[in-house]
Amino acid sequence: MQQALFALSTIIIGVFGCVAYFYFSNLLLDRMCPAKGPNAGRNINRANAIRPWLFVFPALAILSIYLLYPVFSTFYLSLHDSRGQFVGADNYTWLVGDEKFRESLVNNLLWLLVVPAASTFFGLVAAGLTDRIKWGQLAQSLVFMPMAISFVGAAVIWKFIYDYRGDNQGEQIGLLNALVQVFGGDPQAWITLPFWNNFFLMAILIWIQTGFAMVILSAALKGISEETIEAAYLDGASPLQVFFKIKIPQIWGTIAVVWTTITVTVLKVFDIVFAMTNGQWGTQVLANLMYDWMFRGSPDFGRGSAIVVVIMLLVTPVMVWNIYNAHKESR
Amino acid sequence: MDMAGGKSRLTWAVNLSAALLVLLWIIPTVGLLISSFRDRDAISTSGWWTALSASEKNVIERALAPGEAKPEGDLWVIEGQVLVGQGVSVTAFGITSKEPVAFTPGDTATHARGHKITVQSDGRYRIEYAEEPSGSRGQRLFVRAETPPGFTLDNYREVLFAEGMGRSLLNTLTVTIPATIIPVLVAAFAAYALAWMEMPGRALLVAAVVGLLVVPLQVAFIPLLKLHIGVGLGKGYLGIWLAHTGFGLPLAVFLLRNYMVGLPGEIIESARVDGATDFQIFRRIILPLSFPALASFAIFQFLWVWNDLLVAKVFLGTGEDQVVMTGRIVDLLGSRGGDWEILAASAFVSIAVPIFVFFSLQRYLVRGLLAGSVKGG
Repeated sequence: MQQALFALSTIIIGVFGCVAYFYFSNLLLDRMCPAKGPNAGRNINRANAIRPWLFVFPALAILSIYLLYPVFSTFYLSLHDSRGQFVGADNYTWLVGDEKFRESLVNNLLWLLVVPAASTFFGLVAAGLTDRIKWGQLAQSLVFMPMAISFVGAAVIWKFIYDYRGDNQGEQIGLLNALVQVFGGDPQAWITLPFWNNFFLMAILIWIQTGFAMVILSAALKGISEETIEAAYLDGASPLQVFFKIKIPQIWGTIAVVWTTITVTVLKVFDIVFAMTNGQWGTQVLANLMYDWMFRGSPDFGRGSAIVVVIMLLVTPVMVWNIYNAHKESR
Repeated sequence: MDMAGGKSRLTWAVNLSAALLVLLWIIPTVGLLISSFRDRDAISTSGWWTALSASEKNVIERALAPGEAKPEGDLWVIEGQVLVGQGVSVTAFGITSKEPVAFTPGDTATHARGHKITVQSDGRYRIEYAEEPSGSRGQRLFVRAETPPGFTLDNYREVLFAEGMGRSLLNTLTVTIPATIIPVLVAAFAAYALAWMEMPGRALLVAAVVGLLVVPLQVAFIPLLKLHIGVGLGKGYLGIWLAHTGFGLPLAVFLLRNYMVGLPGEIIESARVDGATDFQIFRRIILPLSFPALASFAIFQFLWVWNDLLVAKVFLGTGEDQVVMTGRIVDLLGSRGGDWEILAASAFVSIAVPIFVFFSLQRYLVRGLLAGSVKGG
């Protein structure tokens, strides 16, 4: 009860403070530069020059403190050791030699290869199928639903699927092992299975991201002009040919957008690995490795920061591409 | 004719594949949902797909003490009931741990010491001694019983009140609501300025926002934690609101600006001509017109903050009054890894609200996704 009251009052203060800033700063500007009297013209111009900055200021301040400053600060920290001594590129040379880092990098690249490709593929298939059926809307909702589930919730859901009972622990209650048994195979502890366990973790993210890919690709498919499709049918093309030769080439741009968006998500993947294996059994990824160095055992902010810089570098091409596209579009 | 036949076969194939795909996508969630309503024994002895059929369990109970035996003709007899009030039926019983299911209900088992034991399928038992027995330890009865399928809310009761999920639900709400409203407000003003107000460096600011869209959050943790501790914020709610606001702002400004740029300029111009200030234009014209975009970002931010684990782990403490639901579930995965009844119910307590928001406001969510990626690239 006390917690609820505290929550409610802090919510009101936080939100109200925000509204108050915009209201009173505008009021103040109107008072200081009134649009009447002898200097009305000059005041209006002055107010017009200042007001945009009043509007932008909170966003700008928060963005600078919470995203821009950390980028530089992280780079700075990555050149120092855990006690704050300047060590040059030592943290980076350590990275190159560190086995866990190499494992994470390889795993991350594996994730980068598999997850965006698989999610986009399944998304495309789902979009193509649901576009043509009566209950398409419902089908899309159901495939899209995992988007609303947290990575942690998804981890619990899938851990249950992968559940493994040893020899004397009775019936298999994990769906995957039960299925394997039906087809005559031996149950496995999937999560600890070297190398392949990475793919069982990836399945979770693919399961989540397919809905996202489907929604966007489905909208793009609907946007294709009917004429090209009808012309193809008149020329005797089969539905499959139309899909692969007419529709897909027209939505390449959207496919690329979906692909890169999922790529960025993949690079930051943390929760799934953290909840499923915590990086054990050869499933470590960069984001989780960085968390380890920052907050566990003996924290080393320098090494942690160096790992973040690597993630940052991997994201940069996507960033440049996005800015380029946005710029092109605004022309 | 042939053409029509081919078409209907294709329609069938498409419907069937779509159904398979949907099934594949919902089965994982359905499995856990069903499990969250089953009791502990049922979950750990049988798969959730058998939830609708009866399940069997093995139980050991002690009969009443031999001292309680009553004379009946030549014999001394103990009568009683196993598995009282559980609505089960006994399918087999035994009297030694070596052969726990050697007898069927109604049979009579003879103990090495001479007494005879019978267990009925409804759980009633009868033990006959030839002479007056003594002692306080009752005969052990091994019983295999069949439980009819049943569902229970006990798991939810336990996680909400005993495992602390109820408290964490409050904590998550405390984090989520301000962390959704504040960025919407801040971004709306900024987006309006970037879309419709004359200011130097506007294009540069927009490009910066697009660039910040993909900056990995991990960048911010160490510097900001140091900053928060340095200025005395420490770990707490104010810190995490600001952090979530910062991380959500690029997308918010980007989405809202894209939307506002598309609003008809004539309305804004004519309002200016009529002497309205920018603040008035914003409040009376832009805000109401931008409602769909505001809603779609708010839903995004809500889902993202509600489902977040990493930011909460970094910016909140580990005390009872600050652990959010995702953090609690991760803890439970560690401490109660095999207790699926607890894990399943906890997961669904945390999933319920986002799923509800998702299904009721899906329209806005889809619109936001489209504006965020197709238009902007």
